[in-house]
Amino acid sequence: MLPLPPIRYLAPKRLRDALELLEQGGRGRTAPDGDGAQRRGPVLPIAGGTDLVPNLKHRLLDVELLVDLTRIEEPHLRGVREVAGHLHVGALTSLAAAAADPLLRQRHPTLAGAYRQIGSPQLRNMGTVGGNLCLDTRCTYFNQTAFWRAALGHCLKRKGTTCHVVPGARGCVAACSSDGAALLTALGAEARVEGVAGDRWIPVESLLQSEGRRHLALLPGELVTELRVPAAPPGRRAAYEKLRMREAIDFPVLSVAAVADLAPGGACRSLRVVVSALSARPRVVTGLGDLVEGRPLDDAALERVAAQAYRQCHPLANMTADPAWRRAMVPVLVRRALRRAMEAR
Amino acid sequence: MTGRRPVGPAGPGPGSGEGAAFSVIGKRNRKVDGRRKVTGQSIFTDDLQPARLLHGKILRSPHAHARIRSIDTRRAAAHPGVHAVITGRDLPVAYGIIPWTRDEYPLAIDKVLYVGDGVAAVAADDERTAEAALALIEIDYQVLPAVLTVEDALAHPENQVNTFSAKGNVSKQVRLTFGDVEGGLAGAEVVVEDTWFHAGSTHAAIEPHCAVGDLGADGILTVHSSTQVPHYLHRELSRVLELPIDRIRVIQPAVGGGFGGKSEPFDLEFAVAKLSCLTGRPVKILYTREEVFAAHRGRHPMLMTYQVGARRDGMLTAVKARILIDGGAHSSFGLVTTYYSGQLLGAPYRLPAYEFDSTRVFTNKPSCGPKRGHGSVQPRFAFECALDMLAERVALDPIELRRRNVLGADTRTVNEFRVTSNGFLECLAGVERASGWKEKFRQLPFGRGVGVAGSTYISGTNYPIYPNEMPQSAVQLKVDRSGRVTVFAGVSDIGQGCDSVLAYIVAEELGVALDSIRVVTADTDLTPVDLGAYSSRITFMAGNAAIAACAGVKRRIQDAMAQAWSVPPGQVRLADGFATAPGTPSHAVPIAEAFQAAEARFGTLGGVGSYNTPKDVHGSYRGATIGASPAYSFSAHVAEVEVDDQTGQVRVKKIWVAHDCGRALNPMLVEGQMEGSAAMGFGEALFEEQPYDERGLHRGPSLLDYPLATTLDTPELESIIVESGDREGPYGAKEAGEGPLHPSIPAIANAIHDAVGVRLTRLPFLPPRVLAALETRRQAGLSWKGRR
Repeated sequence: MLPLPPIRYLAPKRLRDALELLEQGGRGRTAPDGDGAQRRGPVLPIAGGTDLVPNLKHRLLDVELLVDLTRIEEPHLRGVREVAGHLHVGALTSLAAAAADPLLRQRHPTLAGAYRQIGSPQLRNMGTVGGNLCLDTRCTYFNQTAFWRAALGHCLKRKGTTCHVVPGARGCVAACSSDGAALLTALGAEARVEGVAGDRWIPVESLLQSEGRRHLALLPGELVTELRVPAAPPGRRAAYEKLRMREAIDFPVLSVAAVADLAPGGACRSLRVVVSALSARPRVVTGLGDLVEGRPLDDAALERVAAQAYRQCHPLANMTADPAWRRAMVPVLVRRALRRAMEAR
Repeated sequence: MTGRRPVGPAGPGPGSGEGAAFSVIGKRNRKVDGRRKVTGQSIFTDDLQPARLLHGKILRSPHAHARIRSIDTRRAAAHPGVHAVITGRDLPVAYGIIPWTRDEYPLAIDKVLYVGDGVAAVAADDERTAEAALALIEIDYQVLPAVLTVEDALAHPENQVNTFSAKGNVSKQVRLTFGDVEGGLAGAEVVVEDTWFHAGSTHAAIEPHCAVGDLGADGILTVHSSTQVPHYLHRELSRVLELPIDRIRVIQPAVGGGFGGKSEPFDLEFAVAKLSCLTGRPVKILYTREEVFAAHRGRHPMLMTYQVGARRDGMLTAVKARILIDGGAHSSFGLVTTYYSGQLLGAPYRLPAYEFDSTRVFTNKPSCGPKRGHGSVQPRFAFECALDMLAERVALDPIELRRRNVLGADTRTVNEFRVTSNGFLECLAGVERASGWKEKFRQLPFGRGVGVAGSTYISGTNYPIYPNEMPQSAVQLKVDRSGRVTVFAGVSDIGQGCDSVLAYIVAEELGVALDSIRVVTADTDLTPVDLGAYSSRITFMAGNAAIAACAGVKRRIQDAMAQAWSVPPGQVRLADGFATAPGTPSHAVPIAEAFQAAEARFGTLGGVGSYNTPKDVHGSYRGATIGASPAYSFSAHVAEVEVDDQTGQVRVKKIWVAHDCGRALNPMLVEGQMEGSAAMGFGEALFEEQPYDERGLHRGPSLLDYPLATTLDTPELESIIVESGDREGPYGAKEAGEGPLHPSIPAIANAIHDAVGVRLTRLPFLPPRVLAALETRRQAGLSWKGRR
């Protein structure tokens, strides 16, 4: 089988100790080696490991020390709780626990439902909410073994100079494959980022970046420790549509999150539509205000939104599923998400 | 869920208890290895950890086609922890599962033929050291043009893939004509013609291939391997390593799935043997999943054009096929595949005239070979779709069209195969009734539909891979005064349950409780030769051998008890752990006492039985023997689907699977094979393909990217066992492991047509393809079930 590289392993009990280990690695060992890969040093955090371990076996990352976060005792890293009307979800909360959490299911059933669609029961038992949000971008030319990538001649994301998805591209277009990321962006959620030097909240939309090699706006040594999902106003309608080849296991080949806030009469106050599994960052469909605000979300409105999304979203050949078909599915999924949202509650 | 529908008096085949109630046969007994498997106690090859074990790794080519100018292994050999390094030069004997096409080397010698072709191997203290050593091997490649498509292979014979080929890139061509095909087509009132493509698929057994070689101080080389053909491996190891065959012992531990993917020797088996010979220590190699994809031997991609002629009443007049087969780099079983692509279409319908022209070519990709339903799943897909088109053209219900053309029992096919028992009509009736076909076909709303398909398959091939007159299967029995019976057989249990089947048969024949049977299999030092787990042969052949092995033992026990009780031997009954003389209640002893009486009278008890095929079951033309079998199974499926006309996604709701297995020796195992087959076919229909890029690189050699259907995707499956009772099968049994795969794919294709009015001809039925077909129909202005 594929052996793991030799790795040192530590499992601190205090967040501070974990952050210091990560910070030292991030600061001290990021020797530029000219391969263009995302590097936060050879010290990496591990929680569920469902993405990291196969990536290490595939030699997609260099690591000398793994810092296991799952023994950290600070309570804010675990579980779902309500603070001033907002829901806080600890980054170490397992996807299975989040999917089953009564509070999350009551306040944001769509988010709980999105978590329930990830991977398989085993992966959801191990995988965490924080790990899902920070999931490395994926590409059919990157998520392969070292042998395979060598046979290919490597790629922009690691050790190579060519993008095989968009020849000539200077940026990496590996896809955001996190189900949570699209929906959290649509819900206006924020992430708490903690490091040795500080503790800050940033919108998920700003955390996620468009460069596939550095898709997280984190400084070396920083960790996402919890999420804050703002309270849903009355009249909230939300839905998440995930297109994938199989009913389980698969990452999305396209996903659409839709969050609408309706006035008591049914007129649309605001609508956010986020399309993901395109490139590194979920795409927030723009210009929807003029199309729908102040009007009911009827079939005609749905068509306008679907057409707008179609114009703005261009799936790439960063996965084997046909990009032309995926693009044709953008309006289909947008329509379905909006219909489902309107039917909900 | 299951209705068993016996056809006539089941069980005219060999085996005692004819007409009488069975004690073991036909019952839902446990598998003999079941409890050990589910509790993790079974020993698989990778579980073996002999003392002083070394770990091997194979260096593989990153190029699809390249000449090896030089290999320098000195740095790897000098690496700390490395014990031996070998290259192709260390194993210079070509091998191949078919003796006429020995066209591969354990490790490449002059040329690599596909990405992943083995070039060198190392043995080291651990896997990581072995991997590090591979990186130190320096190879100078001269990259050659890669031949990646059938068209390219035929157009550029000068870019020869496999230099053992006598003719450019042609691996094998077979053209056979039976009857007046041109006349039959010319006289047809309707001719359906189209071209279908099966993309090929791989087995994806859970257990990756693994082998451990161990040269003992006594000079005996033992190779444990996750093989499904220990006997053929034994022979090829002897040839390639140039060691006398009696110095080699092959053992097959528990195997985590085969499906045809472990039915020939692989590079790792030769490598561990050679590395152990060089180091004097045991050496293990376990493939990575990516290496399993490179080893492949999966289903061949086939491009198939069929012309099917018929009269207005639906009676077939002639069938003509032209088939192009993408073989990959080596022949593997390709000679057989090429014949099977045509020869296995002769049933379950009566073809008045039939011709096929099949050509297999070499390409610079992993070699294709046998996968469950070897050689005939692809043509069956095409032909059963053609029958559906034909039914539509002549305005007949597709089940009725099939019924009209049924071949029948005790007859010969157009290509002269002898057919004995045949329960195909009952299979058709079973799925028609269970599925509610008459209320559903063309009656369901747009987007939902049902489709039907039929098939047949062999119960073992009539001839071994290497010509010989010896038995194809044999069983030896050790009958113990404790009441225990040990069964020795060369058979390969790869999860299908053949060890259990032998236990059931011996328990039935000798009246022993199932728990008193021990089964020892697949060890060339201990067990008599069986040819292996392929072509659905073991139940039929080893089952008959087991019955034969029991006969003499049983007679001696009966004689001994008859003498003790002063009754005729025929009145001594051995069943359920007792010897009895029915009608005389005092004449009943535990079976161990009966064994002791027989042992006292006749000496140590034991038995030997073997099976060989009848030789009058095929014609005498060249190739007439390939595809011939002592008996044929029959299957029919109805699939019900839902098609999302917005996304093109197909959801298969249910498949009704009817299968004539002759007699179900254990209905639970038969249903397992039926459901497993139907599910595997379903996966090929909707998901599986093997895309390679322009470098010859497999686009997703992993179980994340290769989309095996999950349980959530898999339809509900309803098994309907049909028992036609074959006169030569053990208790009437025939095969059940491969036949029920075939109809899945065309039944789904035909159901998609019933649902949305499009004919899909290219597998798999991925959403973009379904959507494109729907769009073509819309643009043609055609409507279906009232929908445009």
